[in-house]
Amino acid sequence: MKLFRFLKPISSAPVARERLQILLEYERRMVSQSSLIATLKDEILAVVSRHVSIDPEKIHVSVDRGNGFSTLAVGVQIPNQVASEGGVLQAGVAGQS
Amino acid sequence: MGKVIVVTSGKGGVGKTTSTAALGAALARMGHNVVVVDFDVGLRNLDLVMGAERRVVFDLINVVQGVAKLPQALIRDKRLDTLYLLPASQTRDKDALTEEGIARVIFDLRSRFDWVICDSPAGIERGATLAMRFADEAVIVTNPEVSSVRDSDRIIGLLDSKTEKAERGERMAKHLLISRFDPGRAARGEMLNIQDVLEILSIPLLGVIPESEEVLRASNLGAPITICGQQSAPAHAYMDAARRLAGEEIEMLIPTEKVGFFTKIFGRRAA
Repeated sequence: MKLFRFLKPISSAPVARERLQILLEYERRMVSQSSLIATLKDEILAVVSRHVSIDPEKIHVSVDRGNGFSTLAVGVQIPNQVASEGGVLQAGVAGQS
Repeated sequence: MGKVIVVTSGKGGVGKTTSTAALGAALARMGHNVVVVDFDVGLRNLDLVMGAERRVVFDLINVVQGVAKLPQALIRDKRLDTLYLLPASQTRDKDALTEEGIARVIFDLRSRFDWVICDSPAGIERGATLAMRFADEAVIVTNPEVSSVRDSDRIIGLLDSKTEKAERGERMAKHLLISRFDPGRAARGEMLNIQDVLEILSIPLLGVIPESEEVLRASNLGAPITICGQQSAPAHAYMDAARRLAGEEIEMLIPTEKVGFFTKIFGRRAA
């Protein structure tokens, strides 16, 4: 059969199409995820700032994508004079992905 | 009030400037008042494609900074008297364009013309986001090729988030213009076909411009292809696209391979 392969044109377009579909699905998710993180960060900052004055740079929001579910981790650093035990307020939220 | 259209793509070299000139001239031939605006600061080329490179006195940055009044910077086309060009400046200082300044110029242009067509620079930096910032609708120029399609997808994302219209919560109308399409190669499976690109990007099709020698000839001569090569296949495709942009219902003709008598007998010529 290999002998006759040269008769069939090699079509590369289906490969291009499939690669693009996989890549763009991933990239769209990454872009929407990074904008979700930015929104969460802004809103958490607004809520916490109503009660404690904090440095906007000291908030960390990240999403860990796992199999079946993802974990959202939020870390807010609060100055010592406010939180007597000084330190970091942490929250973890797990959600279905 | 006129309509502001941004011609954009993300990737460079796909035909934004050619398409801006061709669509602008096509709309002007239909009797509309049109201005084409070059946003590619530092690398202006719309003046060259329009054949007006020796008539540039003032440019977009001069108008934004108040050095020149808008009518002083507008260049009227010598062939179509309802077609105007607002050139970009050759200075490398891109920061000379401010958002407020552009907003003012676009507002002024909108009140003078039916169509304000903005030729975006390549990339996703400031120049590109400023060109799309105040648009009502977008024409996305894409080649049937992986990197161009990927970049168009990024640009679609920006149009839906970074424009004034998107920030007001309105939907930005987007039109896909596929250029440099080679029907023969697509039929042989060597090039993404129209359906593939439409499914991947999922925005409505404005037109398909076939790959043609006439396009280079037109830019050599410094005339939009819808003026100097009116009978050519790409000119027809651009005229139809312009009519669709203006709201006319025109049947979409996907270019097909022309198979000549000798080709039929002796087989296909190698690409």
